[in-house]
Amino acid sequence: MSNLLKKVNWMTLLIPIVSVILGLLCGAVIMLIIGYNPVLAYQSIIESIFLQPYYGGETIRAMIPLVLAGIAVAFAFRTGLFNIGVEGQLLVGWFASVACAICFGHLPKVILLPMSIIAGGAAGALWGFIPGILKARFKVHEVISTIMMNYIALYTTAYLIKNFLYTEGERTPTIPAAASLASTFLANLTQGSRLHWGFVVAIIAVFAMWFILWKTTKGYELRAVGFSPDASKYAGMNVSRNIMLSLTISGIFAGLGGAMEGLGTYQYMTINSAFTGIGFNGIAVALLGLNTPVGVVLSGALFAGLQTGGLTMQSDAGVPVELIQIIIALIIFFVGSGYVIKWAFGRLSRKGHK
Amino acid sequence: MSYAIEMRNIRKEFPGIVANDDITLQVQEGEIHALFGENGAGKSTLMNVLFGLYQPDQGEIYVHGKKEFINDPNDAARLGIGMVHQHFMLIDKFTVAENIILGREPKKHGALDMAKAVKIVKELSERYGLDVDPNKKVEDITVGMQQRVEILKTLYRGSDILIFDEPTAVLTPLEIKELIEIMKRLVGEGKSIILITHKLKEIFESCDRCTVIRRGKNIDTVAISDTNPSDLASMMVGRKVNIQVNNAPYDPKEKVLEIEHLNVLDSRKVDVIKDLNLTVHGGEILGIAGVDGNGQTELIEAIAGLRKVKDGSIKINNDDVTNQKTRKIIEAGLGYIPEDRQKHGLVLDFSVGENMVLQTYYKKPYAQAGILHNKVITKKAKQLIQEFDVRTPSEKTLARSLSGGNQQKVIVAREVDRSPQLLIAAQPTRGLDIGAIEFIHGKLIEEKKKGKAVLLVSFELDEILHLSDRIAVIYEGHIIDIVNPKETDENELGLLMAGRKKGGNEA
Ligand SMILES: Nc1ncnc2c1ncn2[C@@H]1O[C@H](COP(=O)(O)OP(=O)(O)OP(=O)(O)O)[C@@H](O)[C@H]1O
Ligand SMILES: [Mg+2]
Repeated sequence: MSNLLKKVNWMTLLIPIVSVILGLLCGAVIMLIIGYNPVLAYQSIIESIFLQPYYGGETIRAMIPLVLAGIAVAFAFRTGLFNIGVEGQLLVGWFASVACAICFGHLPKVILLPMSIIAGGAAGALWGFIPGILKARFKVHEVISTIMMNYIALYTTAYLIKNFLYTEGERTPTIPAAASLASTFLANLTQGSRLHWGFVVAIIAVFAMWFILWKTTKGYELRAVGFSPDASKYAGMNVSRNIMLSLTISGIFAGLGGAMEGLGTYQYMTINSAFTGIGFNGIAVALLGLNTPVGVVLSGALFAGLQTGGLTMQSDAGVPVELIQIIIALIIFFVGSGYVIKWAFGRLSRKGHK
Repeated sequence: MSYAIEMRNIRKEFPGIVANDDITLQVQEGEIHALFGENGAGKSTLMNVLFGLYQPDQGEIYVHGKKEFINDPNDAARLGIGMVHQHFMLIDKFTVAENIILGREPKKHGALDMAKAVKIVKELSERYGLDVDPNKKVEDITVGMQQRVEILKTLYRGSDILIFDEPTAVLTPLEIKELIEIMKRLVGEGKSIILITHKLKEIFESCDRCTVIRRGKNIDTVAISDTNPSDLASMMVGRKVNIQVNNAPYDPKEKVLEIEHLNVLDSRKVDVIKDLNLTVHGGEILGIAGVDGNGQTELIEAIAGLRKVKDGSIKINNDDVTNQKTRKIIEAGLGYIPEDRQKHGLVLDFSVGENMVLQTYYKKPYAQAGILHNKVITKKAKQLIQEFDVRTPSEKTLARSLSGGNQQKVIVAREVDRSPQLLIAAQPTRGLDIGAIEFIHGKLIEEKKKGKAVLLVSFELDEILHLSDRIAVIYEGHIIDIVNPKETDENELGLLMAGRKKGGNEA
């Protein structure tokens, strides 16, 4: 498994690490300016995540869809595609899994649970395949079409819930226990957090990304096409088919992320009037994780930790939880300007020579 | 007297390799100085150091006698150093003029003044006799013209020290002649030029002095008037080289490639191949001679299934492969060394090992049931690296970081090793050093001896004359004549390539 990290050299590893440090430092400066105590704030985050089982459990729970969304973005990116549509794929996956669970509620758990998970993945796949075919056949750029698909997903799922699966509270009914990923065992272990078995699915997805891309002939092809469509075409590969396949697989990961929310965290789906944000955070997770499987897990943990710990930060240090989003945005900003960090380090080490 | 450029004791290391080891280069004012050495010797690296793209680990650089630190290409430009890279750095979608002024745009009221840019480019191109069309997009012009655009780019920036990294590798003989004229004109104006080339003929035609490097080390600097081609060649390799491999006797077998009444359109929907007929037999090397742009590229692309055939048929081993999928044609027995190695021949961000199986990765023994056998791939890659003398730290190195010539060797190794029924070799020795050319020629002859068919497309008439059993001359999209290399010479070929049939009348 050593080659889980094989595409990374130390200089590139430097950028995410430095970015995180700079992001946290800038966050601290902002807190000081508004008059809060940053030491207390960070302390409360760390203490809650690592010392209070409830927050620990919630962190892992929040990681599950984030990691799946991150894997979806990273997978597409490794094959030369920008999947901005993770949010929409996640929504349709969420809906499909919940709908499947409710419609086939009479089936036993061994059938219903896998079937509902697969339904989520399949819906995500479809939502990835459509931009894939648009790009392959009609050269529609995937950034445009996936953004459009996000809106279609948002309003379609809302419409379907309202008209076919509506119950009080602007949501679907709760799914039957036979389709649920929730677990009293995990909940007791973490003093009542919503941690559920979905983390197993996330781990499998992380492994799958690595396995598909670096161990299979299809993955070889997908990466080749991503790096150089021209050379791949000359070598006899079918570039269009690979584009469709890549976005479809990416959509599966995203759809599974939605299914985890539907079958695990919430046990139902609400009528969303706005995006969940998980899909977009997935882009950040992939970026910070250098689009590697292990990196996605690490940066997913960081973001999930910040978000969950942010709640204690608010109650213990009085810092508004919105600051967490600012810190996350700052980290992304620094990763994005990674070139500047590289350049600055280059200058520094060169000065050392003279 | 001070040198235009003096690089003292330069050292540059890359992971796993010392590319420059204590190299000293002294270029006099107003001379054309050749930099000569094997593929991977460190020539491009040394020039990239001078141009500020790489920082040396050790050593000093003096420009016109003054010690300078060149941190980036902007520093180099300020010092009047311009470089034309081995692999062009132009933006395809931009016009010629836009490419030339990029980074130093003429402005009017703070906005880009395109009319002025076009005028400046026109003036420059007239002044130096570098014929370009400022308004054409780079993707629509020939490599020869792209080369001139690169030169104009450096002149526009007011460079008086010009670095040319293998400018002639992609040029046709006529264009090379023009380039040498241009270089002489430039030194006549007091500029100094560093020229990297693998072609001895060019060094002896244009240069004043020559610095030879081998495996990252300085060997010697000699005046061209005091040396001769064969001495220079042995200095480069470190042993005596025989420049010509003996060809094997001609023993044609059954037909392998059969093209009948082929018609093909180019990207602008103009007929480029018109009613072309051609047959290549097993055990034969058929050379295609022609001036660039007479349909060679389109012909090959049509055979490989990369370009639509409008009319006519292509058969490989009696299999009709007209308009088939590329993969199917490859499986029918096609091997292909493409002209543009970086764009079509390699996935630059794949490792050397991964590139070695670009067509065969899904087949046994490299894979089974869709799972790659990375160990087998690594083993194959190691064997080919050894056999074809690819200079790389390991098979895990990215193809991108290999020297130009070594990238070419990776492609040739991959294609020749598959030993396809029909091997199309387009400019197979482009950018290779003398030793490597000799080796590759040997390999092509070996394929022929095995009874395989080889279709050779090359601008090097020497290469065509030496290797081919038959030479087909292509002109305006059809074969105007097929000649026996033993009964012809460069002059006759030159006339045919210009469209004049034997006897002197227009075709
Ligand atoms: N960016 C890089 N990263 C790692 N290694 C490199 C890099 N650039 C060059 N090298 C290595 O340095 C050595 C010298 O390469 P260089 O490109 O200077 O050779 P060259 O003399 O120009 O050869 P050629 O005639 O084939 O162009 C090669 O072994 C190459 O693999
Ligand atoms: Mg070079």
